[in-house]
Amino acid sequence: MSSRFTNILIPVIAVFLGVLAGTIIMLVSGYNPIAGYSALWNGAFGDIYYIGEVVRQFTPYILAGLAVAFAFRTGLFNIGVEGQLIVGWLAAVWVGVSFEELPKIIHLPLAVLAAAAAGALWGFIPGFLKAKFRVHEVIVTIMLNYVALHVTNSIIRNVITDGKERTPNVAESASLRSPFFESITDYSRLHWGILIALACAIIMWFLLEKTTRGFELRAVGYNQHASHYAGMNVNTNIILSMVISGAFAGLAGAMEALGTFGFASIKGGFTGVGFDGIAVALLGGNTAIGVVLAALLFGGLKIGALNMPLESGVPNELVDIIIALIIFFVASSYIIRWFIERISKKGVK
Amino acid sequence: MEYVIEMLNIRKEFPGIVANDNITLQLEKGEIHALLGENGAGKSTLMNVLFGLYQPEQGEIKVKGKPVKITDPNIANDLGIGMVHQHFMLVDTFTVTENIILGKETTKSGVIDIKTAEKDVREISERYGLKVDPSAKISDISVGMQQRVEILKTLYRGAEILIFDEPTAVLTPQEIKELIQIMKTLIKEGKSIILITHKLKEIMEVCDRVTVIRKGKGIGTVSVSETNPNELASLMVGREVVFSTEKTEASPKQEVLQISGLKVKDSRGVEAVRGLDLDVRAGEIVGIAGVDGNGQSELIEAITGLRKTSAGTVKLNGKEIQNLSPRKITNSGLAHIPQDRHKHGLVLDFPIGENMVLQTYNERPFSKNGILNFKNIYNKARTLIKEFDVRTPSEYTLARSLSGGNQQKAIIAREVDRDPDILIAAQPTRGLDVGAIEFIHKRLIEQRDNGKGVLLISFELDEIMNVSDRIAVIYEGEIVAVVDPKQTTEQQLGLLMAGSGRKEAEEKANV
Amino acid sequence: MKKRKFGLAMSLVLAAGTILGACGGGGNEEEQGGTAGEGGNKEDAFTVAMVTDVGGVDDKSFNQSAWEGLKAYGEEKGLSKGKDGFDYMQSQSDADYATNLNTLTRQDFDLIFGIGYLMEPAIGEIAGQQTDQNFAIVDAVVEQDNVASIMFKEQEAAFLAGVTAGLATETNKIGFLGGMAIPVIERFEAGFRAGVESVNPDADVQIQYAEAFDKAEAGKAIASKMYSSGVDVIFHAAGGTGNGLFTEARDLKKKDPERKVWAIGVDSDQTAEGVVTIDGTDHNVIITSALKRVDNAVKDLSLQAADGNFPGGEVTTYGLTEDGVGLAPINEELENKAEIEAKVEEYKEKIKNGEITVPGSYAELKTFSAQ
Repeated sequence: MSSRFTNILIPVIAVFLGVLAGTIIMLVSGYNPIAGYSALWNGAFGDIYYIGEVVRQFTPYILAGLAVAFAFRTGLFNIGVEGQLIVGWLAAVWVGVSFEELPKIIHLPLAVLAAAAAGALWGFIPGFLKAKFRVHEVIVTIMLNYVALHVTNSIIRNVITDGKERTPNVAESASLRSPFFESITDYSRLHWGILIALACAIIMWFLLEKTTRGFELRAVGYNQHASHYAGMNVNTNIILSMVISGAFAGLAGAMEALGTFGFASIKGGFTGVGFDGIAVALLGGNTAIGVVLAALLFGGLKIGALNMPLESGVPNELVDIIIALIIFFVASSYIIRWFIERISKKGVK
Repeated sequence: MEYVIEMLNIRKEFPGIVANDNITLQLEKGEIHALLGENGAGKSTLMNVLFGLYQPEQGEIKVKGKPVKITDPNIANDLGIGMVHQHFMLVDTFTVTENIILGKETTKSGVIDIKTAEKDVREISERYGLKVDPSAKISDISVGMQQRVEILKTLYRGAEILIFDEPTAVLTPQEIKELIQIMKTLIKEGKSIILITHKLKEIMEVCDRVTVIRKGKGIGTVSVSETNPNELASLMVGREVVFSTEKTEASPKQEVLQISGLKVKDSRGVEAVRGLDLDVRAGEIVGIAGVDGNGQSELIEAITGLRKTSAGTVKLNGKEIQNLSPRKITNSGLAHIPQDRHKHGLVLDFPIGENMVLQTYNERPFSKNGILNFKNIYNKARTLIKEFDVRTPSEYTLARSLSGGNQQKAIIAREVDRDPDILIAAQPTRGLDVGAIEFIHKRLIEQRDNGKGVLLISFELDEIMNVSDRIAVIYEGEIVAVVDPKQTTEQQLGLLMAGSGRKEAEEKANV
Repeated sequence: MKKRKFGLAMSLVLAAGTILGACGGGGNEEEQGGTAGEGGNKEDAFTVAMVTDVGGVDDKSFNQSAWEGLKAYGEEKGLSKGKDGFDYMQSQSDADYATNLNTLTRQDFDLIFGIGYLMEPAIGEIAGQQTDQNFAIVDAVVEQDNVASIMFKEQEAAFLAGVTAGLATETNKIGFLGGMAIPVIERFEAGFRAGVESVNPDADVQIQYAEAFDKAEAGKAIASKMYSSGVDVIFHAAGGTGNGLFTEARDLKKKDPERKVWAIGVDSDQTAEGVVTIDGTDHNVIITSALKRVDNAVKDLSLQAADGNFPGGEVTTYGLTEDGVGLAPINEELENKAEIEAKVEEYKEKIKNGEITVPGSYAELKTFSAQ
């Protein structure tokens, strides 16, 4: 069996198995799987509005996935994407509401860059601590998530507003919203951020695969000792990796801030996008193109799943299980690969 | 003669390659039987077949004349076959006894009976002359001791046939001597041994017969008494091998590396290099002889910038380089073949081609304005691969999938190609077969003949004696003697290395 | 290496494609069949649906209460759950509100509720786009002609809770556990403090916010500190965080059955959370609960809209008078239960007939105290 054919076959089987497992669960619980899956499909792609929403959801997933993947490639596990996203969100909104008269060509990029810078700063802290004091980045990033959550809540309540639970909407000149996209997708919240996200995927690919800096980052990721020996500055690369990763996460926050919502509100808990980013990155094999495709899968499932309880009567909890199973099977394609290899070996005998 | 094990016409295939092709190995009772072959010749595969980890496609295994099917290691254990692995399989935080009984615990009403077990272990260790403290923790005992624990483990499980996989690779010369003694005792007590190795000297010293395999094929079995190292080497490699590397007289010129009063602390903060003085001149190879742990690693790391020095100077071409960054030191004309090629030498998950530019990726023509030029990188890699005979399917192959010898060749290609003034070679032939060793020695001498300085650090006395123009003996972080290899014997060197000749050496130095 | 990446890419595309294909196949035929069986609904029925916030429909709090209201409405009108009766959609994150509201719009529900102030921006935006669709929002105000806003006078329920607490305390130390400092909770706090002040001006009310509605452990820690400082009655307006208060109160009661530890619940009658069994006899640590009848309000507004009286663009405020807030029955174990009940009734009347205006903010509380 040619390896390329196997590579295509495996995810197909994975998704099929996930769908099959979901079918069995729905049948056992007394729901109609055909109705369930058609509701999922309709909720994601059944209407131009939903397509717009899927792409809208897809956008922050790409960036969160890129953030995790980028750090991974340098041997770092950035669990702090969630926190970096939240500070990026706040920074974008802050810039977005603070200036009234700026032309869009300055205001919008400023707000987006502010988000990237805030995320980068939030990534710099664990990077620096790791590089200088060998503090494990997982611990620092987890803790910084909470710091981000509560600090941004406090700033929204006490600094940007006067005791309110949400900020005013960002100025039109800082908004990524697109009347054009809204008109062609029947008022979905699809916004220009998708172009930023896709551009970032290309940037990540180019940076890692084509530049000397990327060469160093990858080398450090695989083998710090050999990189040090070869004259690379391991600490600089660790910090830089976390900074870039944080910047991607901050941009994901900007997507929510300037596109999806247009404001920041006090959050009782995490958005979850940053944590989903870990799954997106792993599913995408930590490559740029893989992240984009995995984010599309996540975005589609996420939006489509909302429609399942209403249209097919499958309860929410079951929907969560079915979605989780599909992702589980795609993620554990190793098992399928193993089966295929066994079967094809037997075939030869 | 009675055979305790017969592996007849074994054939084992993996997708794309035949790892074992019609190999026959017959082990007589009470003999030490060597299994000789280059790296990747198929020795490990054959032993894994015997140990039940792989199933052969063809062939037959007989134990004491009876055909058997060994489908998993437990069956091998039950048949009395035990394996002493090259990489020890021990739990560091457990005691010797706990490790030995692991998986075969003697219990008394559900509780492990450690007292009885300890007694058993002591008994076995005394019978076979394996001195160990049954209650010591693995992390507290030496590598040689750990190996004895591995041997005890197999004996405790009632092994009659012991397979030793490259047992001397990790041992000091003294420990090797003790191991050989142990193997002889085991034979006396009625055990049979298969020794996997590519060290011809050991075979000549302890073995009765040798089975040679080459590129997966059985070449034949010969009696040690009827052969000599040269014949064995050519059987293994398939061509004539020259042992004592041919070289002309050195013609040393100016000093390229000058070390004076160097002090370096090890990772625990203990001074490992204590005021060391050493010069290496252009056009000579200086070998550093010494028992492992006398400051060699710290010395190399200090020279190459991987470790900070606490006192003294290191000069390269007259300029001080101590405590500079590794990149600055490399750029001022130093190349380094590191002791641990997996840890320091290569990024194993990079293609071999990208490993070739691990230091020079940011220089033209490999990159321009921060953008890599893969065409130039892989062109360079192709040239080096050809020139240094690195056997790899392509320059895009991951370094991980190359054999140890070819990985080492790739490192040497990279380092030598940078045309350094001084080449630091730390244990450059560790774990390699004679063919690769010969190649590497030639390259080192070639460097010397081109007027470069070479500093060779090795624990193999043969290598030091063969290749060096001068030998500096290191003991407890100092150079205690500098001798001419042509006027020194291994015994004299061994004494110096053990520190006993220190006084004498000091006197000599004062004169 | 390159090949592998390409393979992965291809495979993921295919993975996505397959899901879509697999689901798409049977899609359309089934669409009509899906809910037809549940039928029994009239063609011209006035259909109502709601979107929960992230708490979900079984949050034991106002999402659940709103759903009870919708069910009551459906029962009254003879409708069943489904696309042509009444239904709900749950939101997993803030981003889902708009999607869910839009989905319900697309399903042609006649009235769509957004439950909770979190929904305000989404309702505001979508109501502006879908001008033919009627919306209603609970706990927030959206000023648009096709949106009816439902507000509660939480302060009135909290006031009665304050009256109860002020009379029940023996140490003259009372606690207030808030979820997050947002206007709704401010109303609870102001009303509660005013209630305590009215009947027991000497009592000291300790105020603490947990900064979350879903952190029971934080609620427990705060309650523990308050009780150990001598507080004997704590009122919470903190959603799931308040469950920690109940746990702490039950634990203390279990350790020392003689000790007076009391808690007051919120939103719905939380009596069931307060049961402690000591030596075979049941005790309850919950005195009462400040009720916020989201169910009544949702049902009431649905009925109004069904009759053609949709209060679009208006703010409908539900207070004691409208039966939108209230107080649950007082715990039997309280020694001065009768006294409390009498006082509560007295103040109820005063509020209803306008004799007392309960403060709904810190500013109003100040002027209230001055009187």
